[in-house]
Amino acid sequence: MSIVIPVAVVAGLGLFFGLCLSFASRVFAVKTDERIEKVRELLPGVNCGACGFSGCDGMAEAIVNRGVHPSKCPVNSQETVSAISRLMGLDGESVTPMIARVICQGTPANVDKKYDYQGLQDCHAANQLAGGSSSCRYGCIGLGSCMRACPFDAIEIEDGLARIIPEKCKGCGICVVECPKGIIRMVPADMGYTVLCANRDKGVVARKSCKVACIGCMKCQKVCPAGAITVEDNLAVIDYEKCENCGKCEEVCPQSTIHDILHERVPA
Amino acid sequence: MKDLFSILLLAMFIENFVLSKFMGICPFLGVSKKTSTALGMSAAVVFVNTLASAATWLVNEYLLKPYELEYLQTLAFILVIAALVQFVEIVLKKLVPPLYKALGIYLPLITTNCAVLGSALLNVERNYTFIQAVFFGFSAGLGFTMALILFSAIRERLETCDIPEAFKGMPITLIAASLVSVAFVGFSELVIK
Repeated sequence: MSIVIPVAVVAGLGLFFGLCLSFASRVFAVKTDERIEKVRELLPGVNCGACGFSGCDGMAEAIVNRGVHPSKCPVNSQETVSAISRLMGLDGESVTPMIARVICQGTPANVDKKYDYQGLQDCHAANQLAGGSSSCRYGCIGLGSCMRACPFDAIEIEDGLARIIPEKCKGCGICVVECPKGIIRMVPADMGYTVLCANRDKGVVARKSCKVACIGCMKCQKVCPAGAITVEDNLAVIDYEKCENCGKCEEVCPQSTIHDILHERVPA
Repeated sequence: MKDLFSILLLAMFIENFVLSKFMGICPFLGVSKKTSTALGMSAAVVFVNTLASAATWLVNEYLLKPYELEYLQTLAFILVIAALVQFVEIVLKKLVPPLYKALGIYLPLITTNCAVLGSALLNVERNYTFIQAVFFGFSAGLGFTMALILFSAIRERLETCDIPEAFKGMPITLIAASLVSVAFVGFSELVIK
């Protein structure tokens, strides 16, 4: 008989908790958007985190609730993107894929060294020491933090400068966050012309720190037929919503700062 | 009051769950990489530990003791803790979404943590009163928080240190953990009068 009571107690506890929980899940049920579930099923489900959210669940939630575009997922195939877009009522076809681009030409030929850096081979570490050893405090440090962060091996360090290989870049944007200088930008993949400089110093100072720095001369702004270029804080910025990729800005740039990076190798 | 204070000192320093009793090592190593995640986990532990101490004390006092079923404590407590955390999670999701979001994944994670079960069993073993038991659970949670935050700060520093190749990652983390633990041995001689 002595076995009955313990069994009854444990079974009773289990039954009681089970009932409590099922009751609670009814009473406290939270309505979730069923689209999240559907979008989640369409996503690759590898939880790589390249989209910048906490796995595919986070991405699905962001697509439904925060209006993030499904193409933010670099692993998605075109079919998946359009399937999710249809589900969300978005126009899936008109999406221009974005790729990352390093806006700096600070190779050793163009910039001087402030000092000889011998510390940890990491951009963040070097950046803490007077903003890196380059004479331009805005430019690429070239120790490859972005290269190591890139999940697709799409970044190479060439001549002391990070370069993004357009064919491999999936546009996940991880390098943009990683770069301590903030000189990696997301641009539409079909747009070649880029202002390859992030220097916001006045013209004279900028030219002293780098031979190919943007000096804010406004020539590109004046010549641009689409009105896509504006010079702010002594730095030209191309608005790719307006840019027609005509290349007139490259012709007038006295500093050789603007280049069609898709179709020419940047002269070092 | 004095009694509660000595429990606080006991649970946080002398018998720090992680560093002297070696309970809850999994989250201690698992989520101490960043201080922000360490904070989330710690909050969940304090929360669950306090609640679980209260619930298990009641179950022990009014269910197990009358039937002389104390030998079922471990089993019953696991059941109680798991159900309680599930229940709290459901309720929080509905009523306090911000807290639910803040605790996030850590809440279900800590259900099966031995630190929670440990404090429940210690409460019973030491014949604490209800108030003392709840406070012991809470203090043990605070001790866990302290250990986790201390250690996550150390790990963040380790990230930028020049560590020999063979020790990178987990090995140096384990060494650091043992050193922190050795430091806490100093508290073990503390006598509360």
